[in-house]
Amino acid sequence: MLPELGNFALALALVLALCQAVLPVWGSYSGDTRLMAMARPLVVGQFAFVALAFAILTHAFLVNDFSTAYVANNSNSLLPWYYRLSAVWGGHEGSLLLWALVLAGWSIAVAAMSRSLPQVFMARVIAVLGVIAIGFLSFMIFTSNPFDRVLPAALEGRDLNPLLQDFGLIVHPPMLYMGYVGFAVAFAFAIAALLEQKVDERWVRWARPWTLAAWGFLTIGIALGSWWAYYELGWGGWWFWDPVENASFMPWLIGTALIHSQIVTEKRGNFRAWTLLLAIFAFSFSLLGTFLVRSGVLTSVHAFANDPSRGLFILAFLGVVTTGALLLYAIRAPRLEHGGEQPFAPLSRESLIMANNLMMVSACAMILLGTLYPLLADAMGWGKVSVGPPYFGVLFTWLMVPIVLLMPFGPFAKWRRDSFSALARPAATGLIIASLAAITAWLWVNDLPWRAIAGIFGGAWIIGMSALWAWRLLRDPARRGSFNGGRLGMWLAHIGVGVFVVGVLVKESTTIEKDVSMAPGDRIAVRGLSVEFEQMRRYTGPNYHADQGVFNVYDGDRLLTTLTPAKRQYKARGDQMTEAAIDAGFTRDLYVSLGERIGTDGAWAVRVYHKPFVRWIWLGALLMMLGAFVAALDKRYRRVPASEPTEAPTAQQRAAPALNAAARQG
Amino acid sequence: MTPARQRRMWLVLLILLGAGVATALALTALNQNIQHFFSPSDIALGQAPTARAFRLGGIVEEGSVARLGSGLTVSFVVTDRFKTQPAQFTGILPDLFREGQSVVAIGELNNGMFVADEVLAKHDETYMPAEVADAIARAQVKKASADSSSIAAPAPAAAGPKGY
Repeated sequence: MLPELGNFALALALVLALCQAVLPVWGSYSGDTRLMAMARPLVVGQFAFVALAFAILTHAFLVNDFSTAYVANNSNSLLPWYYRLSAVWGGHEGSLLLWALVLAGWSIAVAAMSRSLPQVFMARVIAVLGVIAIGFLSFMIFTSNPFDRVLPAALEGRDLNPLLQDFGLIVHPPMLYMGYVGFAVAFAFAIAALLEQKVDERWVRWARPWTLAAWGFLTIGIALGSWWAYYELGWGGWWFWDPVENASFMPWLIGTALIHSQIVTEKRGNFRAWTLLLAIFAFSFSLLGTFLVRSGVLTSVHAFANDPSRGLFILAFLGVVTTGALLLYAIRAPRLEHGGEQPFAPLSRESLIMANNLMMVSACAMILLGTLYPLLADAMGWGKVSVGPPYFGVLFTWLMVPIVLLMPFGPFAKWRRDSFSALARPAATGLIIASLAAITAWLWVNDLPWRAIAGIFGGAWIIGMSALWAWRLLRDPARRGSFNGGRLGMWLAHIGVGVFVVGVLVKESTTIEKDVSMAPGDRIAVRGLSVEFEQMRRYTGPNYHADQGVFNVYDGDRLLTTLTPAKRQYKARGDQMTEAAIDAGFTRDLYVSLGERIGTDGAWAVRVYHKPFVRWIWLGALLMMLGAFVAALDKRYRRVPASEPTEAPTAQQRAAPALNAAARQG
Repeated sequence: MTPARQRRMWLVLLILLGAGVATALALTALNQNIQHFFSPSDIALGQAPTARAFRLGGIVEEGSVARLGSGLTVSFVVTDRFKTQPAQFTGILPDLFREGQSVVAIGELNNGMFVADEVLAKHDETYMPAEVADAIARAQVKKASADSSSIAAPAPAAAGPKGY
């Protein structure tokens, strides 16, 4: 009975989404405030019914209702309760329901925190969110209903894919979806602005914390996926340039460009049309990501068994949303009210942000080409091809070189115009810090590869100059107060990039990977450590049997730790899973995982990997996420701009002579 | 031309130049890193390159997996149920590598032996890569036309992506 109720809740949510997409917009054109005022209650209703559906599906998992096809396919009575909970979004239908829930959640947050915006504008933002909700709810109801029944009911479920029975997978999809769907707010804002033919600084200011929060969630979502792949796939890689990873990375790159161009539009009034275009693309790439994952058109480690009709539906939805938005942009963008565009010199903060945007968009275009090329080649009859990871790795690295070199100048540079001499001093300090760090590393470690040295140089360059920037600001009592949430967030995120650069380049160039055959009693040396294979033992988990290896790690004669990698055999599907064992550290990870049994003398194929600084990759991403959230929570964004016109002057109101002084401030 | 226009023109030219160089670099890199996909039947027809990496896909033939000595080298046979291709891999195989299951391997041909550098793992045992499903379907068509007089060929172990 409950699943039917869930079905009904979804249908009601769809009806409410339809009303949400139509009525407020109608009101905004006819000037009917009653229709516009319906936007908020409709959002609340839609959220309530999607949440009800989600709760019912969760309940079905918790009570093992195998008469629901989705539960029968993705759960099992032996599955521990917390994995039954995360199995709700472990498959296709449930992950769509999560998408819809997250979208409804963002919509309700927008509705609740937008009292300061003009009603007409608000009504249109909420209506656009309604259109997106229609797409996903009807997709679910017509092609992938999580509440479909199997009659007669299955006696036992097929079990959740063992790869997904893991903590990383409990949190990775919700975070990623928070990011994807969060860009829908920026998208809705852009569409509303185009309908209005006007980009008001106050609206940009209003949209910024939403975009920052979405970007922060996307950052942590991608990082969690990478961390999960590292320890769960059992072969120690953290990024594979897999189509599905690329699909989440493209909106991240566009989102990075967007959060920077929004600063220019808010503070200076420049790049208005460009900011709108980036907002449209950030969300379009999120939809493209959903399409690539859910349609299975590309061969990928994430590609599950799929139904082509689903891919077609998302493709059609993607087409309608993207071409609709771009068409509107093409018609309206040239007619946007100008006013407030400020000229800027080639050496200015505007130019630096423009350089950032160019590099981010180029990187995204490069990844898009590499990701879709196999589809293009197939469609054109050039044969079945795939693009090897070196394409992405090499191009992306070179595209990031200017980013790393130019980024630290951003906070130092003045708006409108700066001079080389003013920027030369921090650059000299940064150069000294970076060189010292690189030379120290080179003297300290024998035969350090040049890529590791370059990584340490780049990271120290960014971190050193960021530290100098903060020191200069905090030293000056007059400017100390301006170290606000926005700046602190920027500072943390930039340092995060520096940490990430060190992690990637050092790890990639100095990793030692040994695939060996080991019998109990064997020892292997890896970078001063000695790993001894003591024995194999068997144990039984809640829903699997496992062969577990016991490996003692010695530093000289001292026992450092005991690692117990395992090979699990799941009961329900008979799937085999590798559980790596990792001794994690700030400067290195020791990674041991089991291959398969070789021969009869008890020997096993074993991976023993030594990965210096690999944690810094995720630490950098964490800092970026933290920075985004700190900036998003900046109190300035929550002020009601209309009531404080003197405190928050718009770009047009600023007098030209005051510009330089203001530019110093921010 | 006003100085402002002149500046703008230079900016546009610079951007165009940058975009041109970037596109050229990207296409060169793409060209160097494209891996074509071939099935055992394609290789039998001599379509696969000899000094370049490509992707071999099909089913791991039942009873063909053998370990060479006590090391990590494994030999196996990839089939599309029409032609077969012997292959070799040194390293640790993914968990879902099994006889009778689909496989995609990346490597080069060396005197008729496919030497793989990488054997790809899939998330889902019922999933068959689209390219493998397609290769098997093509092989079936060939087989049907080759011996149209005989009774229908035995069905491949798995025919295309199975939705459930």
